Amino acid sequence: MTTPRPISNAALPDADGRFGTFGGRFVAETLMPPLLALEEAYREAREDPDFQAELDSLLQDYAGRPSPLYYAKRLTDHCGGAKIYFKRDELNHTGSHKINACLGQILLAKRMGKKRVIAETGAGQHGVAAATVAARFAMRCLVYMGAKDIARQKPNLFRMRLLGAEVQPVRSGGQGLKDAMNEALRDWVSHVEDTFYIIGTAAGPHPYPRIVRDFQSVIGREVKAQMMEKEGRLPDLLIACVGGGSNALGLFHPFLEEEGVELCGVEAGGRGVKGLDHAAPLNAGSVGILHGSRSYLLQDEEGQIRDGHSVSAGLDYPGVGPEHAFLKESARARYAAIEDGEALQAFQLCAKLEGILPAFEPAHALAQLLKEAPKLPKTRLIVMNMCGRGDKDVFQAAKLLKMDIGDEG
Amino acid sequence: MSRQTRIASAFARLKEERRAGLAAFVMAGDPDMEASARILESLPRAGADMVELGMAFSDPMADGPAIQASGERARRAGASLKKTLEMTSRFRKSAPETPLILMGYANPVHRYGMEGFARDAAKAGADGVIIVDMPPEEDAPLRRPLAREGLAMIRLAAPNSDEARLSRILEKAEGFLYYVAITGVTGGPPPNMKKVARHMAAIRKRSPLPMALGFGVKTAAQAEEAARHAEMVVVGSAIAQKIGGASDPETEAFAFVRELKKGIERAGGGRRAALADDEKEMRKT
Repeated sequence: MTTPRPISNAALPDADGRFGTFGGRFVAETLMPPLLALEEAYREAREDPDFQAELDSLLQDYAGRPSPLYYAKRLTDHCGGAKIYFKRDELNHTGSHKINACLGQILLAKRMGKKRVIAETGAGQHGVAAATVAARFAMRCLVYMGAKDIARQKPNLFRMRLLGAEVQPVRSGGQGLKDAMNEALRDWVSHVEDTFYIIGTAAGPHPYPRIVRDFQSVIGREVKAQMMEKEGRLPDLLIACVGGGSNALGLFHPFLEEEGVELCGVEAGGRGVKGLDHAAPLNAGSVGILHGSRSYLLQDEEGQIRDGHSVSAGLDYPGVGPEHAFLKESARARYAAIEDGEALQAFQLCAKLEGILPAFEPAHALAQLLKEAPKLPKTRLIVMNMCGRGDKDVFQAAKLLKMDIGDEG
Repeated sequence: MSRQTRIASAFARLKEERRAGLAAFVMAGDPDMEASARILESLPRAGADMVELGMAFSDPMADGPAIQASGERARRAGASLKKTLEMTSRFRKSAPETPLILMGYANPVHRYGMEGFARDAAKAGADGVIIVDMPPEEDAPLRRPLAREGLAMIRLAAPNSDEARLSRILEKAEGFLYYVAITGVTGGPPPNMKKVARHMAAIRKRSPLPMALGFGVKTAAQAEEAARHAEMVVVGSAIAQKIGGASDPETEAFAFVRELKKGIERAGGGRRAALADDEKEMRKT
C-alpha cells in the first residue's frame, strides 16, 4: 500500500484549466466563446452569496442533503477488519450523486439566460438528474444516450421521458457513453446561443472538470463533518468508483490536503485489465486527448479511441476526468480495478447483509472495499461512497445472474 | 517550392487572376487507400486550387454524418496517419504547386508525437495543418514544431468569434484564416451568407490574411455565392457523400468537383465587387 502524500495544490486547475499536464480545452473554436462565458459566469456565481444560498436550499429541501453517513455493521462484522461506513448518496432525490452537480449547473444555466439544456448519459442516472432539474426550472431538455445503454438501462429511459425530457438514442461508434458525449458536443456546437450543456462527470473541457468537482465536493465536506461527529476524527481510507470520476472527486477533494487520509478510486475492470474488455484507463490506458481534455484513455497505437467494456453502463467510458490523471501521477490517490463478476458478487452481498441494493457502479467500489477491509485493523475507518442505488440495475442483474447459473445458453 | 510559400503563391495567383479558389476536402482512405490516393491526385485536374486531406479519427466531434461516415469507411479500409502521409508524398509528386492541408483531430497526432508528425508531414510535402480541437489556447505544442519545418498551423474563426476572441485567433494566425461559416458541425445547414460576409469584412479590417470559407457549402450554387466573399471556398461533406454513395467514386468525385469549380468561376472576380458593397454597408451601420 502506498503512503499518501500531501499535495499543496488542491487549488488546481490553473488559469488554463490544467491539473499538472492534464485537462485543458481541446474543443472546436466555436465552443471557446461559450466555455469562456461559462467560466466567467461560474466565477461570478461563486462570489454571489445568493447563488450559494439558492443552491444550498435546493440541496437540502429538494435533493435531501445532507445524505447520511451510515455505519455498515453487518458488513464490518463480515469482513472482520476496519470499520466500514457508507456515504449514502444513493438516498438523494433521483437516486444518485448526479443531482448535486445538476442543481449547480441548472442554476448557472438560469443565470446565463439559457432556455434549453442538453446532457449525455451512460447508466441514465445523470440523464434522469438533468431531466429532473430541467423540469423543476422549466427548461427544455434533450438527453443523448447510447443505443446499447438504452437497451440495458430501460427504467431510466422511461423516467427521463416521464420527466418531460426528450431522449435521443445514439447509434454511432460503440453506441455508449463516449458516443453520447460526442453527440452532445455536436448538439452544443450547433446551438451555442440558447443551450447549456450539463456535463455529468468531472471530465470534458475546462471549466467543466472543476465545476462538476466543486458541486460534488459537498459529499466530502459532509463526510468530514459527519465523521468528526461520529468518531471524533477523520477517516483513514476513502473508496469510490471512477468512470469519469465525479463521485470520487466529490468525496476526495475536501480531503486532498489531509495527509493521513488515503484515497482509492476503483475503475471497471470488465473482463480483466490484461485484455481489451475493460474501462480502466488509469490502470491499463495511456495519455491522450478526448472530449476536450488531456487525460488517460483507452486507445490503439494509432490514437483511435477504443470502446471499453463494463457491466456497469455508468463506468463504461474510455476516458477519465483529468484531475484523476493528476492524482494518479502525483501518487496522491491510487486506482484499483474490479471485474464484472466481482462487482456482481458485491452487489448481491450488500443486498443480503445490509438491505441496500447498490448500483452496479458503487458495487465496484464495494468489491474493492471487501478486499481491503479484512486486512486492516479494527481501529481503522473506511468510508465508501454509495453513489447510486441499484433499482435501475435489477433487470440487468437478473439476466446476468441467470447466465451465471447456466439457465441461458 | 517551400511550404508556406506554396500556400502564399496559391493565394497570390488567385488574386492576380481575380478569382476565388476551390479547396476540396477528402478523407484519406475513403473508400479505400488506393482509390482515395487516385481521387486526391485527380482533384487539381478537376479544378481544386488547394486540397485538404482528412486524417480519420474515431470520435470526430466537430463533424456531421457525411464526414463521420467517410472517416468510418477510411478506418475500415485501414487508414492510418502513416498511410495518410504516404498518400501526401504521392500527391506531392503529381501536383508540385497545389497546397495540401492535413486536417484532423488532436489525439492521433498526439499519439504519433507532435515533433515527429511535424517532421514527417513536412517531408511528405504538406503545407499546413488544421487540428479542429486545438484552439489557440492549446495549439502551441504543435504550432512550434510545424513552424520549425515551415508548415502553417491554420487557425479557425467562427460566427461567434467576438472582438476579444478574434484578437486571440489572429495574433499568431498564419497561412490563411479558415472561416467556419456556421455554428455547427461540418455539412450543416447552408450559411447565412449576408451575416458571414459582414463578419468576414470586419475581420479583413484587422488581418491581411486571405480567408477560406467552409462548413455548410454543398452545391455549385452555394459555392458560387461563397466565392463572392472568400478567397477560397472549402467543400468537404458533399464530396464525401458522393464518394460514399457512388459505384464509381473516382469518376463521381471528379465530376462533382468540376461542377463546384464551375460554380465558383461563375462568381468571376465577384469578391472585389462584393467586398466594396460590404464596405459600403459597414460604413452605414
